[in-house]
Amino acid sequence: MRWKRLFKRGPKKPLTVEQKIARRNFISFGTFFVLGGAAFGGWKWLLNSPVEQAGVTGHARKPLRRALNQTELFFRRIFSDKHLVRTYPKSMAARRVRVNSRIGMRDPAFRPEEWRLRVLRSGGEARSEPGGGPLTGPGGDLLTITIEEIRALPKTEIVYDFKCVEGWDQIQHWAGVRFSDFIQHFQLEEQAKKNYVGLETPDGKYYVGLDRESALHPQTILAYEMNDQPITDDHGAPLRLIIPVKYGIKNLKRIGTMTFSDTRPRDYWAEQGYDYYSGL
Amino acid sequence: MKVIKEKHPLVMRWTHWVNFPILAIMIWSGLLIYWANDVYTITIFGHTFARFFPDWFYKALHIPSSLAEGMAFHFLFMWFFALNGFFYVLYTIFSGEWRLLLPNRRSFKEAWLVLLHDLHIRKTAPPQKKYNAAQRIAYTAIIIMGFGSLVTGLAIYKPVQLYWLAWLCGGYSFARILHFILTIGYVLFFIVHIIQVILAGWNNFRSVISGFEVEEIREPKENTTP
Repeated sequence: MRWKRLFKRGPKKPLTVEQKIARRNFISFGTFFVLGGAAFGGWKWLLNSPVEQAGVTGHARKPLRRALNQTELFFRRIFSDKHLVRTYPKSMAARRVRVNSRIGMRDPAFRPEEWRLRVLRSGGEARSEPGGGPLTGPGGDLLTITIEEIRALPKTEIVYDFKCVEGWDQIQHWAGVRFSDFIQHFQLEEQAKKNYVGLETPDGKYYVGLDRESALHPQTILAYEMNDQPITDDHGAPLRLIIPVKYGIKNLKRIGTMTFSDTRPRDYWAEQGYDYYSGL
Repeated sequence: MKVIKEKHPLVMRWTHWVNFPILAIMIWSGLLIYWANDVYTITIFGHTFARFFPDWFYKALHIPSSLAEGMAFHFLFMWFFALNGFFYVLYTIFSGEWRLLLPNRRSFKEAWLVLLHDLHIRKTAPPQKKYNAAQRIAYTAIIIMGFGSLVTGLAIYKPVQLYWLAWLCGGYSFARILHFILTIGYVLFFIVHIIQVILAGWNNFRSVISGFEVEEIREPKENTTP
């Protein structure tokens, strides 16, 4: 009977107030529960969405990794060499500098006096082997640099608020050679035109990838001093990265090798589900 | 006789219900992040009154060891949180709804009377339009808080590129404290909000989904006693 009435032509009776209320309740609550259910379904889908294939990045769910990469692109637009991290007077620097990790620095065979920074100018294998094996393959062009050569370069100091991805921060005092000065001095300008710099510990167990702009930021330093003293072993002696435009996870200790590439070099924490960019 | 009285425009209902799950996800993912450096306490003269948060709390909510996941969720849903908030504010501005929402000169005095009334200390509440004085203050404050979360969040997220925001928030670590306090504020707001909604009853709750309230109007009686 109802259906017949629905299709029957003729003048409509105006709805009573009760009918209007029922009708509007039905439409709005129906929409509410349908959309709410869809949102809940979408959320369940996201929570259980497949994890990305392990590669340069890993362990994150695919849609979330995509979002991280897209968000990186957005915020890279506001990156500028002129945006500097705030600096502090030396007196404010922490005396006891926090040590959070020793990943990549547990190699018992490591001899600080034999340490050399190995910069791969071209060719070869862009990955060092655990134990500090050969870096170059056929046709590789390896530059080997001693700590004395680095110490002879103009020194840049910085006292700034070091920020860990965990959420803590600490004012620390570091000194070394500005990364861009280092590039200039060793005539690596051509290599530094590539999109990324890769740094690894001598044993290859900790490694980071840095976008070119962040690496060449004027406050990025290859540091060999902390609180006016040579860096201690725990903090990455003899040479470590200090890059204030990144979280601590990118501030690699005990740099063994440096490579340049147009694609993202492997990155320890990006493999563990963290944002590859991790820029501040 | 029953009459339909329009109350909440569609945009306000829409943004309200979109915000609810987004804010919940932001608070949850924020907890995943906060856990990695959970240093905040309420400590006065060496006595700790509250610790954010005790272990049982983390365990009950499956919070531990999910920092990377928390960041990934937080930095996705921050976009929706911000966009939905901007949409709401733009709507209130251009529709003129702001006139009913912003507190005015009398609101702060009246809000006290509303509170006394709600606590059953005072019999009458001051006359009101769509929102009473306490609601005007609460619903304006929550928007300012949302904006505060956005600003302090950006200050923590990009403290070098947005150094001026970090400066505005009193520095990086203070911005993180503010961001945390605002979140606690949402939880407290939520508790009071839910209690008020339950006390206000079905008609009021329906208006946030259907948009209208039903009013009983007394029909003029034909037979009047002499």
